[in-house]
Amino acid sequence: MVTSYNGEVLRVNLTERAIKVEPLDMDKAVKYIGGRGLGTRILLDEGCATVDPLSPENKLIYITGPMTGTAVPTGGRYMVVTKSPLTGMIACSNSGGIWGAILKYAGWDAIIVEGKADTPVYLEINDKEVTLHDASDLWGKKTLEVEAILKERHEGSSVLNIGPAGENQALLAAIMNDGDRAAGRSGVGAVMGSKNLKAIVVKASKTQIEPHDVDALRTAAVDSIKKLRANSVTGEGLATFGTAVLVNIINNIGALPTRNWQESYHPEADSYSGETMRDTSLVKNHACHRCPIGCGRVVKLEDGSVVGGPEYEPLWAYGANCGNSDLNAINKANEICNEVGLDAISTPCTIAAAMELYQRGYITDADCDGVPLVWGSTEAIKTWTEWMGTGKNELAKLMADGSYRLCEHYGVPELSMSVKKQEIPAYDARAIQGIGITYATSNRGGCHVRGYLISPEVLGLPEQLDRTTTEGKAEWAKIFQDLTAVIDAMGMCLFSSFALGAPEYAALLNAGTGTNYDVNGLLEVGDRIYNLERMFNKAAGMKPEDDRLPKRIGEEKIVNGPSEGMQSEIKLTLPQYYEARGWKEAFPTEETLKRLGLEDLVELL
Amino acid sequence: MLEVRLFATFREGREKIIMMEYQPGMTGYDIITPLGIPEEEVAIFLINGRHSKLHAELEDGSVLALFPPVGGG
Ligand code: SF4
Repeated sequence: MVTSYNGEVLRVNLTERAIKVEPLDMDKAVKYIGGRGLGTRILLDEGCATVDPLSPENKLIYITGPMTGTAVPTGGRYMVVTKSPLTGMIACSNSGGIWGAILKYAGWDAIIVEGKADTPVYLEINDKEVTLHDASDLWGKKTLEVEAILKERHEGSSVLNIGPAGENQALLAAIMNDGDRAAGRSGVGAVMGSKNLKAIVVKASKTQIEPHDVDALRTAAVDSIKKLRANSVTGEGLATFGTAVLVNIINNIGALPTRNWQESYHPEADSYSGETMRDTSLVKNHACHRCPIGCGRVVKLEDGSVVGGPEYEPLWAYGANCGNSDLNAINKANEICNEVGLDAISTPCTIAAAMELYQRGYITDADCDGVPLVWGSTEAIKTWTEWMGTGKNELAKLMADGSYRLCEHYGVPELSMSVKKQEIPAYDARAIQGIGITYATSNRGGCHVRGYLISPEVLGLPEQLDRTTTEGKAEWAKIFQDLTAVIDAMGMCLFSSFALGAPEYAALLNAGTGTNYDVNGLLEVGDRIYNLERMFNKAAGMKPEDDRLPKRIGEEKIVNGPSEGMQSEIKLTLPQYYEARGWKEAFPTEETLKRLGLEDLVELL
Repeated sequence: MLEVRLFATFREGREKIIMMEYQPGMTGYDIITPLGIPEEEVAIFLINGRHSKLHAELEDGSVLALFPPVGGG
């Protein structure tokens, strides 16, 4: 049967320098769809939950979804699934660009990398021809330079690589592809560095993937594209202002965490908003492969160079969270982050934590190598990003492992605004009740794209909820988490969900793979994936208390701005959420696992 | 006085911040009409940071924020 899976997986053992071709387990593929779901299942089945994340025993899975490379809009994504060295739990970092689609065109659904090379190498995939090359000459180089060299060497290819941060196994290291696209979170770049794997170059002669039902896929794709174009957010808003448009909205409701979450309103926020960016530094927008939305930013730096611009998250994290309001400095710091290969959310959040440590006297000038970590210092945000990437001094090395380890080092882990040791993004959960549930219960630690309740609670999509109340939020959290897991597993971009819903996703998936999912069946797969990830975490040693918000967010009140006096109701909503999921004390019950077809995991309870 | 803050495309051809004389009984409609903003284009209307309906009565000294449909993540 023809399906939009290729049916083949590449296994690369770097210790042996052995390359093997394996069939895709189709039963597993259908049960977990692909990408995030299937990748996690493979990782768990291959015994990686209990390994040291930076040891040769950990595996690094680059995996596409069944929609990747098809005619489906936003279907160009791949995921990196591994055990995270930052959280010690499941990592799944998602990226766009074109790399994932080309991997698929080359004939592969996934690459499983295992072991460790004794010297730096890079992998070249040219359709079914796969070669390991020496990468000594690339080691130490930054991401854009490596990409340029490899593109010249392998004409017509797309390049994924790590920068100095990944080589140093910094726990905030990202994997970059196609310029500024990033599988950014949970330290996946450190795992790649630990294997001495610098880059993966892909090239393919095909330019499309044949779906199960060509006509049905065309109809479903055309319908989805129409809906994306007609929707004012996906049809216009994201292209015009990018995700940066959120700066002013979130600030105006009083939920823009400022100075490491000591405040929640930043009066200067408009100076680095999407509106200001458009009027000053924006050159044009940019779209990933087959994406009609085009949310990416291309900006001009002060020195005249034209580079990938910041998303809402780094704008906030280098802006309000570091007490800074200089857009040019943020554009530059974001560019440095991409060049050294660091997570553009966790990196500035860790600088913000370091600034609070400096404010409180834990970090002193003696630690700062001449660049004090003062609130709002444009010099500090740029220089410390670079230093974290290159491991310039002791403090920079410590910071490159994230705010939790940094603050713990000074005896004040409560100053790290993280969940499961991963930094929490740009929305104050004391002012927006639902998002707090998804922060606390995200399987990969602090994250906003594991149930983006900002959509209903702030943006009014698909309907407006009251951000200050708790009613029904546990159920909303579960549904958003489950649908997101499906979209990720399919290989589509989460932003498509501003205009598309479960019926559209089911139609696309069925046409591509020949499955017969209805809306409930599809959401059940999402539920299964969410529970599977949770069981991976259980096997990796997660405890119920890991589902917690830091004290400042979970227990203290907001001190300024329009949401002054508000506090998180997480103590109330967390038990409601566990009930909605069929969990007891943070983990699925036997009954829940059986209901979801995960009976083989009961023994892990 | 009322402080009216405009965002995204609402800034095209208009100031970012407009101060308006307050009069008892005013609602959001008395704000958007003189500004020439059609009701259906207003996706988010905040009164002092809280989501509100356009027909809500305003109070003197309020800060109002208006957004067209926008999204991000
Ligand atoms: S919406 Fe943005 S991030 Fe998503 S696929 Fe399109 S351009 Fe890439």
